Amino acid sequence: MHIPDGFISTPVAAAGVAVAAGSIAYAVKATSKRLGEKQIPMMGVLAAFIFAAQMLNFPIPGGTSGHLLGAALAAIFLGPWAGVLIMTSVLLVQSLIFQDGGLLALGVNVVNMGVIPCFVGYYLYRGVVPLFHRRKLGVMVGGGIAGWLTVVAAAALCAVELALSGIVPLNVALPAMAGVHAVIGIGEGLITAAVLALVLSVRADLLELQKA
Amino acid sequence: MEVKSKVKFKWWYGALILAFILITLSPLASASPDGLEKVAKSKGFINVALAPVFNVFPNYVIPGVTNEALATILAGIMGTLILFGIGYGLARLLRAKKR
Repeated sequence: MHIPDGFISTPVAAAGVAVAAGSIAYAVKATSKRLGEKQIPMMGVLAAFIFAAQMLNFPIPGGTSGHLLGAALAAIFLGPWAGVLIMTSVLLVQSLIFQDGGLLALGVNVVNMGVIPCFVGYYLYRGVVPLFHRRKLGVMVGGGIAGWLTVVAAAALCAVELALSGIVPLNVALPAMAGVHAVIGIGEGLITAAVLALVLSVRADLLELQKA
Repeated sequence: MEVKSKVKFKWWYGALILAFILITLSPLASASPDGLEKVAKSKGFINVALAPVFNVFPNYVIPGVTNEALATILAGIMGTLILFGIGYGLARLLRAKKR
């Protein structure tokens, strides 16, 4: 749901830039305090993997497609602040080099697809995992729910921004955006759970990096 | 006698290989509009979208490559490498800042 330029008004775009810039500045501070040697390749891999996975649009019913967002995964692996930096890097390259997502809209796109889902996904996952006795089950269910909700939350926020910009009324935008992304989110949940399950069986220690 | 390999296979080499495998599948990706585009079309505001201010590699294809699948894969490999570099480089910088 990369917002192109034109879909949002200048005040909404400016507010997005302000919130994104503040979040990025704090994320740099918070991440540099906690980042260890082991986390360095993980940050590169997550940025690369999320970019690659975002190119793979999967079809959903109704002639629509969706692709992985990846914010939940980034935040689950390295914590929400590092997740914000990873998602910002992906969105920046997509906007500047591949013309996916507007330049003025970059701020709101970072907020919608980076800041908000990284925090929603991280805390939801952390809340759900301990509810299960079997850790693997908890990780998969937690990741799945986190993945689904991050996409729906991003879509709802996008609808609010479109409405604030006077493009489409909220009572039209919200059900439409939330509805289609509730389906796309199922893909996000499944992929998130599958990646976490794979890492848990191959290199379980890599799931503990965010605690460093 | 067993000769130990000097280059240890690190976990993230495998992860990067997986990302490149994903990229080779990118020509198979669905070309249908994504969720936001679909809503923009059905609710009649798709036309307010502005064209990009400048174009580098729009639509994830490398221009001049006639085979569209290959053009997409090349763009994907380039983007994946750039993002690994940014993620890794940024993490190195932040780590250096900590010390």
